[in-house]
Order: sequence, then structure tokens, then C-alpha cells
Amino acid sequence: MDLSQSTLVELRDAVRGKQVKAVEIADHFLQRIARIDREFNSFLAINPTVMDEAAKVDAAVASGLDPGPLAGVPIAVKDLLCTKGLATTAASNMLKGFVPPYSATVVERLRAAGAVLLGKTNLDEFAMGSSNETSAFGPCRNPWNRDHVPGGSSGGSAACLAARLAPASIGTDTGGSIRQPASFCGVVGIKPTYGRVSRYGVIAFASSLDQAGPMTQNARDGAVLLEAISGRDDLDATTSDEPVPPWFRKIDSDMSGVRIGILKEAGIGDVDESTAVVFSRAAEAFRKLGARIVNVSVPTLRYAVATYYLIAASEASSNLARYDGVRYGHRAARPTADLDDFYAANRSEGFGLEVKRRIMLGTYALSSGYHDAYYIKASQVRRRMRDEYASAFAACDVILSPVTASPAFKIGARISDPLEMYRNDMFTTSSNLAGLPGISVPGGFAENGLPIGVQLTAKHFDEQSLFNAAAALESALALPKKAPHGV
Amino acid sequence: MAYEAENEGFEAVIGLEIHAQLLTRSKIFCRDSTHFGAGDNENICPVCAGLPGALPVLNERVVEYAVKTGLALNCEIRRQSFFARKQYFYPDLPKGYQISQHDLPICGPGYVEFVSGGAKRRVSVTRAHLEEDAGKSTHHGDYSLINLNRSGIPLLEIVSGPDMRTAAEAADYARAIRGILRYLDVCDGNLEEGSLRCDVNVSVRHCGESALGTKVEIKNINSFRFIEKAIEYEIHRQTDCVLNGERVAQETRLYDPDKNRTFTMRAKEDAHDYRYFPDPDLLPVTVEKDWVEEIRSSLPELPLARAARFVAELQLPEYDATILTQERALADYFERAQEACGNPKAASNWIMTEVMRNLNESGTSIARAPVTAERLGKMIALIDKGVISGKIAKTVFSAMWADRGDPESIIAEKGLAQVTDAAAVGRIVDDVLAANPSQLESYRSGKDKLFGFFVGQVMKLSKGQANPELVNELLRKKLRE
Repeated sequence: MDLSQSTLVELRDAVRGKQVKAVEIADHFLQRIARIDREFNSFLAINPTVMDEAAKVDAAVASGLDPGPLAGVPIAVKDLLCTKGLATTAASNMLKGFVPPYSATVVERLRAAGAVLLGKTNLDEFAMGSSNETSAFGPCRNPWNRDHVPGGSSGGSAACLAARLAPASIGTDTGGSIRQPASFCGVVGIKPTYGRVSRYGVIAFASSLDQAGPMTQNARDGAVLLEAISGRDDLDATTSDEPVPPWFRKIDSDMSGVRIGILKEAGIGDVDESTAVVFSRAAEAFRKLGARIVNVSVPTLRYAVATYYLIAASEASSNLARYDGVRYGHRAARPTADLDDFYAANRSEGFGLEVKRRIMLGTYALSSGYHDAYYIKASQVRRRMRDEYASAFAACDVILSPVTASPAFKIGARISDPLEMYRNDMFTTSSNLAGLPGISVPGGFAENGLPIGVQLTAKHFDEQSLFNAAAALESALALPKKAPHGV
Repeated sequence: MAYEAENEGFEAVIGLEIHAQLLTRSKIFCRDSTHFGAGDNENICPVCAGLPGALPVLNERVVEYAVKTGLALNCEIRRQSFFARKQYFYPDLPKGYQISQHDLPICGPGYVEFVSGGAKRRVSVTRAHLEEDAGKSTHHGDYSLINLNRSGIPLLEIVSGPDMRTAAEAADYARAIRGILRYLDVCDGNLEEGSLRCDVNVSVRHCGESALGTKVEIKNINSFRFIEKAIEYEIHRQTDCVLNGERVAQETRLYDPDKNRTFTMRAKEDAHDYRYFPDPDLLPVTVEKDWVEEIRSSLPELPLARAARFVAELQLPEYDATILTQERALADYFERAQEACGNPKAASNWIMTEVMRNLNESGTSIARAPVTAERLGKMIALIDKGVISGKIAKTVFSAMWADRGDPESIIAEKGLAQVTDAAAVGRIVDDVLAANPSQLESYRSGKDKLFGFFVGQVMKLSKGQANPELVNELLRKKLRE
């Protein structure tokens, strides 16, 4: 069995069927990470107890106990999720020395499902970025071309899959942070419906937008992984009571009669040629599968990026107020005059540029005198966008769109132009604003060999339609099982 | 002596903000205990310590207590209210924001009625909103320590309208709020321990003006008496300011009880922009109508209504009724005692004298009084039946207080019952007359005043137990013989 190339479902079936031991799988990926991750910098830390966790799964299998739906699968988790006893950094110096006394509910649920925690992956600092370049621990590189970014903010979680350093991973998505790196790295990334997955223990960026979700080799793996982490959590008041369906078992890739919506406002005019080609081929594939292509409209979509950056930054400015360098995190060496100066010194030195930019932006948007024009106005646009999506979903089952305007860009190309970087999020931010589930599925490759994904969006809590359509698209496109060069 | 601002042609405008710590077992947004007196930072968890990724979840009991209080204050209860983040940096505020209600708090406009200066007053309640408490900083020279046990303790902030005009009225309003909170059993109302905190807003203006003067806030006053004194001082200070042609500065002041004056804590220029916005971690608080009605129907009778009933149905004087209804437990005690004896005024007299004196002297609460209401009532009934005299009753009461005994067994054990047997009392009268021949002679020769002397001697010989009426009757008869 080629462990590197195996899917999550194959690995867990093999563990459950006693064809392979969980410790062999864990050891295999640990060795690969040790050998080649210095090229990618996708992991920030390896879980020191991963072998013990794997041994426990093997013991359970040996004694005939049910090892769970993720039996023995090593999972890489974005270093934005708290892991008890294991330093959690959010890729920021402001969390230096922070060892959480608790694990995120997602991490608890992964373990309860039989998964083993492989390690913590690189990200943009506090998940703020689209390139993984704002990490305080150095950028992560795209395995398909090391001069290019893996996307972000869940860059490490995407890159480690592309480099076959883990069979599956967990990312978080506030404005596209799972879907965009999935697209850049040629893997599947799912942003669940807001309220589907507990945010407890996920270091908050923008609380009304954040959702953790699976990143996997294919849609079926994604369904299995999402089932394991979804559902009501008493520790997160914003989780939903909506039952979690057995998505994996119910995947139905028959697309006949399914209505695929194409957005009037997010057409191929906004994207580069290779992305346009991939997008058109995906639409054509759905048509050939018997789906009906319909035009839908979400007029406020053109305000999505502006709205998103006001709301996300406002919430971030508040969520990041707790990082003051007192109990953990960077503390300035210079002597400070008073309490305010002490806070200012710690925070000015400890946070990176992008994080500070967003704290400033959000503080401004919430300030008295500006609050109504920015935060309130953005909230109104957001409500309208939600309503417009509801109307659009009366006419279609799934919306097909590009994930980004172009494939992965070069490291350093956009870091000094935040507006250009933010525009990158034009196709992804609206689903966070509206709370909708979305999936990024590999759709093809650019001429330079970099992967390009397509995005599917469904109505609230209809992840099943996403998995159905994504699975159908995967079979229809039958992309060559290509791995990045040298992997 | 209250300062009479009116004398100078000024009137004061006073409003109060009262923070009541709600008596729930766990904190407002996490499962930690609210128990007072735990070791430093013992009652904390990732949520109230503001650790990364921790999330607040609203304690339903807190909402129930807020609704209960809102109903008792005649407030509109909002079907949907919201939590917002109030943002500022301080070491004892671990998240960098306090979760509070800003727009649309759970309790909207209402009012409270109470008696002040012998008259019924009505003060409007602008709002009552829920929020979490911050931690506590203690400063030790060049370092400070933070205790987060208090972080996340539920508070209900009750804001009055600017309706009060005198310091005494404001203090009585605060007492009335405390009384209601304690009746509802939602707050223990302890100002000294800080479970009830009072901020006062005071301004002065020329009588007859409708515009408000510049408002000064006095923070954290920890007794009702100090509320009154602080306001008096402040009215005086502000009136002097205006009379001297100075402007009253808008600021926050603190009251120093030792010096009986207020002093500047911070000026208005330091005012924060709190950048309120709805807390995205919490859903809107939805309160179902049925639930509100259920709570309404479970409300206890409140002090003012109870006092009115004591006057109307039990014919108590208003003074007694007001004193007895200040504490729910005391009023309950009175009701049980009066039921047991059927003599409300006697029960009230005993409670307001012997019971309260003994409670004060021993530092005991009414709930733990060694003399139960039922036994007190039984004892009063024994007086009314003539089994013991009012004077002997004091001895019985002391014995009951000391040994938690039953009045009847104490009377039996100590032989304290009145002697009502005419033959027995007659023998004592005969003995007294025989033993005092000269007084007897004087009396018979017209010295009527000596009658009292013979009564005293009989009572003394009977150890106070002879029925006084019987003594009088027999003495008269025998002296005439």
C-alpha cells in the first residue's frame, strides 16, 4: 500500500481491516516531514505524542473495539486551533509561550473519531492573509512550484497535503482561507455552513465569519472528515442544532436535473485566461452530466470585498485586544513609561504588519463618528447579501464560480500591495458574509503547471449538495493523478 | 442635617446607577463558581480568563434573574435583547472588552415606588442591563496582582431616571432597590462586600429651570449613609461653584467617608470611546412571552405592597409596617408570629423591640434567630390568655433565646405560670397584711396611697407570678374587712 498516495478513506479502511497499523502510517508521514518539509515549511510543530496516539488506535483495533471513522488517520491541524499541552502560535509572536490548557472542540472530536494529531501547520499570522507570507515563522511554499505561495491563510494545511506530508488536514476559513489555498495547491477544501463546526478553541479572527473545515485529497474524504467534526457544541453558542447527516454514505453523483447556478456578477470577465478555461470546462462537465445551467444574480456581490474587510477587521480589532504581552506573548525589552505605553510597546513589536493594519482598520471602523458609516453600513450590506443569496438559491441548487481570479502567485509579488491581495478574495468572502457552505475542488491546471480549483456554494446546511456535485465533477474531469514535481 | 439647596434658589437633580451582583451559582458566561472567598484565581477557566479561542455561553439563570428584577421594577421586558462588547484596555479585563448590553438591554423603561420622608415616591427606571464583572487588581508598590475570580460574575445594572431632588430621597431609592433585590432573592445586597454598588449622578440648577446642569458622577459608594452624605456634599460643592461664578466640571469623583468630601477621579477628557458592537460570539437573548408570564406569576409580594397589606388587613401602624417589610425574612417572621398568636400589634411590638435588640446584640440574622416565629407567637398567646404576665414574658423570652426552648415547657420548668387560684393568692394577701400591721393601720386611717405598697409586697412574695387583677381584687376586699 502506497501510504503517501492513499486517501483518508483508504487509510482508515486499511487500519480497521488490520492491513496496516496506525503506527506505520504515522511513522511514514513523520519520516516524510522530517525529510522534505524544510523545503515547504508547512509544519510549525510536530505532535510529540503522535506515535502514542497511533499505538492506542492499534490497541483498540487489536482488542476489537470500534476505532472510529477516522481510525489511525494522521491529521495536520492549522496552528490556529488550540491543542492541550502543545504550544499554539497562530503564527504570531504575540502567542509566544502560550500552551493551551484545553483543546479545541474540533481537535477533541478528531481524536474521538480515532484520528491522530500529526502536527500543527503554518498559516498567515492570526489567519490574516491570502499567501501564508505574514507568518511570523516564515512563509510556507507551494509544493507545485516553490517560488509560489500556497495561498492562505491555511497555507500549511494545503501545502502539506499537496506534498503528501499528511493525508488530510484541518484549516479555517474566514474569507476564503480554506478554499483559496486548496485551489492553489490542488486539493479539496470545505468551508462549512456557519454554525456547523464549533469555534471553541479556534483562535478568533472574525467571530461571525470563522469556520474550521476539512482539507482533503477528494470530496469523499472531505465528507467523512466533516462528519466527524460537525454538530452542536455546548461550548459555542453559535453552533447549530441542525442534525449532521451521513454525507459520505449519501453521496449521490447523479447530476441529472440538478440546477447549477452561474453568477451574473462573478463571471469569467474577472479572471485570467487559464482560470476562465478551467471554470468553463467545469460548467461544461456539469452540463454533460445532465445538470441544468441557470443564471443567478447576487447584486451586492460587488461590495463583498469591501464589506468583508470592514466586518472582519472590526471584529479582529476586538478579538485581538486580549494579546497584551502580560501572561504570554512578546514583551518589549525597552523600559515603558506607564501601562498604555507598555501595551503599545508589546503590541507594536509583537504583531506583524498585516495584523496591525487590520487592527487599525477595524478600530477606525468601530470608532464613534465612523461606526455608522462603516460597521453599520457593512452589516446592512451583509444582511442584504444574505437575502439575495436566498433568492438565488430558490432558482438553483449549487452555485459554480471560480475560487480566485488567478492561480498561485509568486512569493513577494503582492505582499506590498494589500488592495491587490484583498481583491484576491472577491469570490470567496461572500459565502462567509452570508454564512453559506462552500467547497473548492481541483478543476485543472494552468499552463505553468499550477493547479486551479473551482468553487461550489450551496444554501445553509446543504453540504450534501456540495459533496454530490464535487464528487460528480471529480469523476467527470478525471484529472491525472499528478503530484507536484519531486514529491 | 441635610443641606437645603433650595435655600439658595437651587435644586439638585440626582440619578443612580446600581450594579447588583446576581446570586447565580455559576458565572454569566462559563461554569465557574461565583462563590465568594475562594483562593486567588481559583474560580477561573479559559473563558473568564479570556484565553485564546475560549467562547462565552450565556447562563440561562442570569436571564431569569434579570427578568424577575425587571418585572419587579415594572420594566418592559424585551423579547429580544443583545450583548455588545465594551472595549478598553485594563489588566483586570482579560479579553480587552467587557461583555455588556448597550442598545436594547433586556429591561426597558419601568419605575419603582417607595416611601421616603413619610410620603410615597415614584422614581423612573430607565433601563436594567446585564453585564459581566471584571477581575480585581491589587497594587503593591512597584507591582500589581490580578485576581480573576470576580471576572464573569453576573451583574445587573439598574439605571434610574434623573428624578430625585434630595440626598435622602436618593438613599431611600437605593434602599428600596436593595429591598426588592433581596425580596426576589436575586442579590444579597451587600454594599460593603460590593455585591451592590452605587454610582450617583448629581447636578444642580436654578429652581424653575428645565435644562440640566453639568453632571458629576460619584463612583462606588459603599453605604446608604455615605450615599446621602456624598450627595449632600456634592450639592453643596456644586452650588458654591455656581455661586462663585465658576463652571462645574463634568467629571467622575470619589467619595472619601473619613473626610466627608468628594474628589476628582478622572476628568471628562479621559472619557473612552468604547467602540461598542454586537458580540458575535453570543446569539440575541430571546425571552418567550410565556416564560415571562411564568416568572411574573412566581414573583413574591414586594415590600411596598406587603406594608400596605399589613396596614389594611392587620391594622399595623405605617411605621411598624415599613420597618417589618424592609427584609423579606423579617416580614415572613412577623407573619408567622402573628398567625400563631392572632395579635399582630403585639407580635410587631415584640419583634421591633426584644427580637431586633437580641439579633443586633448577637449579630444574628432573623433566619437564624433562636426563638422561632411560631414560639414567639405562642408566647404572646400565653400572655393574652393570662397564663403569664407581660413582665414574666420577658424572662420566658430570654430563656427561649438562650436555650431554643418552647415557651410552655420553660414556664412549666421554671414555675413561671401566673397564680390565678384565688385561695392561694388570698393566703399570700393574708400573710402580707399580717406582716405589716402598721401600714395596715395607716391605710385604714385614710392613707389610700399605701394600696400600691401592698400590691408590691404581694407580687414580691409571689415572685411576680400572682395574677395582678386577682391581687387587686383580693386586696381591696380584704382591706375593707
